Formats: sequence, structure tokens, C-alpha cells
Amino acid sequence: MTFDAEFFNIGYLDNLSYKDTFVHRLDPRVKLLVSFIFIMFVVSFPKYDLSGLIPFFIYPVFLLTAGDIPLRAIAKKVLFVSPFALFVGIFNPLLDTDVLLTLFGIPISGGWISFLSIIVKFILTVSTALLLIAATSFLGLCEALERLKLPRIFVIQLLFLYRYLFVLLEETFRMLRAKDARSFGKRGSEIKTFIRLISILLVRTVERAERIYQAMLSRGFRGEIKVLKRHRLRFQDLVFVVSSIGLFYLFRNYNIVHILGEVVERSLR
Amino acid sequence: MSHHILELRDVHFSYPDGTVALKGISFRILHGESVGLAGANGAGKTTLLMNLNGQFLPTRGTVSIGEIPLNKRTRQEIRKKVGFIFQRPNDQLFMPTVYEDVAFGPANLGFSQEQVDERVKNALEMVGCLHLSHRPPHRLSEGQKSAVAIATVMAMNPDILVMDEPASNLDPKSRRQLINLLKKFEHTKIIASHDLDLILDVCERCIIIKDGRIAADGPAEEILLNKELLDENNLELPLSKQNVFHENFRAMKALHRKD
Repeated sequence: MTFDAEFFNIGYLDNLSYKDTFVHRLDPRVKLLVSFIFIMFVVSFPKYDLSGLIPFFIYPVFLLTAGDIPLRAIAKKVLFVSPFALFVGIFNPLLDTDVLLTLFGIPISGGWISFLSIIVKFILTVSTALLLIAATSFLGLCEALERLKLPRIFVIQLLFLYRYLFVLLEETFRMLRAKDARSFGKRGSEIKTFIRLISILLVRTVERAERIYQAMLSRGFRGEIKVLKRHRLRFQDLVFVVSSIGLFYLFRNYNIVHILGEVVERSLR
Repeated sequence: MSHHILELRDVHFSYPDGTVALKGISFRILHGESVGLAGANGAGKTTLLMNLNGQFLPTRGTVSIGEIPLNKRTRQEIRKKVGFIFQRPNDQLFMPTVYEDVAFGPANLGFSQEQVDERVKNALEMVGCLHLSHRPPHRLSEGQKSAVAIATVMAMNPDILVMDEPASNLDPKSRRQLINLLKKFEHTKIIASHDLDLILDVCERCIIIKDGRIAADGPAEEILLNKELLDENNLELPLSKQNVFHENFRAMKALHRKD
């Protein structure tokens, strides 16, 4: 189905997460923590500071290359959600018309700069979140969340979500295919049909949930699920945390682009 | 050995909506026996199975397993003895990986980490799926799923295996592997299925259910060759036996021609 193939290709990200690279082998807690801190750093930049953000691209680029993840897959998904960011910033150039700098004789207003900085922040944060998912197995993430003390009930919810997402998607597509096979053109694709399809899906899901619960009871379930611990912190995990957070701190407090520019200027002189 | 006797005495069951599904079922299954359960759609096979491990409690009559009567209080104990394999592996396998799914039962029984690990490995070895242990269930084939579903129950070391349509959705080869696997188990087995060849292959005894009552109970070879009885119950001769009839028929025809 194109709907599946184009946008919500969850199976694709899931596939990527089974690779075995340096990034995939890192402890998921570490990746989660560093990505979270990364996003905090990025968001903390003032609205006119565009150049300071640029060095932060190193983190997503690192995940992308070291994790052997195809750029296209991520870029497509970032593009897909980009309208949200565009609309947040689209009026900045109109509202904020004070000229901040001139580039090659063209005056550039503060509005344009803050607009661009919103876009850059958006690209940085969203691509990092997607890369985190592509480079970490879902189970790893759940384990990380639990060990970072997220209440267990949420973790178990997520695990069941992951397990049955695929089953339910398959069921949905089977139903849609059966509908398509018997509907001709417009006939049979009215909103009424979809409402019925969805209600049937809901009923089936509830029935399935009952059966699953019976299966759990049959195997001695008494309200507790143990989540397996798969990962242990290793030396390289610590190195990764310390070096990346150190780097972010450096980027936040020193404008690397500025310094580089000055060095180049001095050497040219 | 009398401790794994499964006995049903006049079991009635009706659903909350008033549908009467079982109307007085009594039988006794001895230790190590394998029993096939056949019957038309809606005859009450699945309902009967659900009554065997306390998913449903009979509205009248008693179920007892190894002299323990099944009721709300003994339900947990009895579930340790009765391993239940559900019809749809997707319902049976609810944990994120094969390993964790098989470990779910033993972990709930309170075994230590090492014991759980050992049981999981043994059970997966038994069904030939040890190499799948770190896969998520949605990445298994249907045959692998049903093998793993059996492992999840075997890991709990049950005395009695209860199975609902174990071979539905399997390709012929996976089905054959399943049959061979089932033959290896020395447990008491109760298998509900429309696959009469499977019953003939695995079980020595067969019970036929019709409208919530027992229509026949006896040696599988006898019952599954009784054409009239099968016909009355929306069933057909097992395929393997149909060939025998065809051959006899052909032989008879040949004789006729000679005359």
C-alpha cells in the first residue's frame, strides 16, 4: 500500500535498527540521554544566533554516517513534518524587519535570521530523534526508559504497542484490500464505509486483547512483566557521553564558526 | 500413575449472553493418553478446552485434574499443570522477543534467572527454534510462530497439553514437523482439530462433540473410519483413509471387469 510505503514506513526504521554498527552497539540509555541533552542545547540558542547552531550538525551527521543509515530515508521524513516548522516561523520576516546585517550588499532583516534559525533547529532536533530511533532497537529504547526510571506501566504499554502495531497494521491492510476488491471507483469508498471499518477494527482489537490476556493468565501472569536487561554500560559508552556533551558545551559557549572565520582571516592577511 | 487424570463430570457451560455451549460432558483421560477432539464448527470444542484450565468455569458439573477440583481458588495451581496452546500464535506470543516470550511462563512460576534461562533454551531446542531466540515475533514465519508458541508452553513443564487447532495455517511440511514433534511428547495431550489426519496420526483416542454433547468416544482408528458417524458431524473420512477406499474401489472394479 502506498500509504504505508510513502510516509509511515515504520517497518523500514525498524529494519534499520537491527544493523550492527558502533552506534547501534552503544547502550540505548546513553544514546537517549545524549540525544535529549543535544536537543536541550539546540533549543537553548537565542533566536538571532544562527552561526552558533551550525557546528551542532556534527551529531546527526555522526549518527547518520557511523550508523550507516541512508540519508534519503531520514531526509524524507524530516521533509514530511517540515510544514509545522515552516508555519511557526513564516511570519517572522514580515513582522521583524530591522536590518541586522548586509550580505553582498543585500540587507537581511532579523526576521529572516530568526526564521532560518527556527528551520535549522527543527532540522537538528527532528533528524536527531529519527536517527535515534533508526539506530536503536525499540526494545533497547524501552529498556533504557525503564532503567532511567520511567514508570513500568508506560514501558509495558510501549512494548505491547510495538508487538501489536505490526499485527494490527496487517489486519487493517487485509480489511482495506478486501474492501477495495469489492468496491468500484467511488462506490464503496464513502466515509460511511470507513466508519464501519474502523468500528470493526476496534471490536476485533478488543477481542484480541481478551485472548491475549487469557494467554497471559494461562502462563501464570499475576500483574507483573519482567523486562529483560540486555545492555551493560561499557567504557566506550562513557567516552561517548563525556565527549559528546563536552563538545556540545563547547559549541554552546564558544562560537566556533566565528573563531574559525577569524583564524582564516588572520592567516589570509 | 493416577495423579494426572483429567476428569470431567457432567460439565455444563453457558455464555453470559445465554448461549448454551456445553450440555453435560463427562469423560476421563488417563495419564499419557492423547485424545483428539473433533466436531463441526460451533459444536463446543473451543469452549470445552477453555473449561480445562479455568479460563471458563463450568456453570454446572466439575472438572478435576489429578484429583484437584478446578475452581477459582485452585485455578492458578491447575494452570501450572495444564499447558494451553492457543489457536492463533499471534495471541500467544505477546512479548517483544522469542526469548522473553518463552521466559514469561517460567519467570512467573518464580524460578531463578539461571533456571529460567535453562528452561527457555531447552524448550526452544526441543522445537528446533533456538536460533530464533532474539527475533521479535513479527519477524517469524507462521510455522516458526506455532513452534515457538509450543515452546512457550513446554518451558513451563506442564503435565497436560491442551491445543486448539495446532496445525491451522501451516504449510504441509511445517504441519508434518508439528505432528512429529507432538508424537515425541509423552504428555497427556488433548488436541482439538478439524485436521482428522493429524488426530489419526497423533492420538489413540478420539472424542466427537455435537451440540455440546459427546457424540462418540473411542479409539481413533475406529471412530475416524465410521463414515456415518463422521457424516452426521459435518466431518469427512481422513484423507489418508479416503485413498484406501479408492484403492479398494478400484480393485473391486477390476474384479468386476474380469467377471
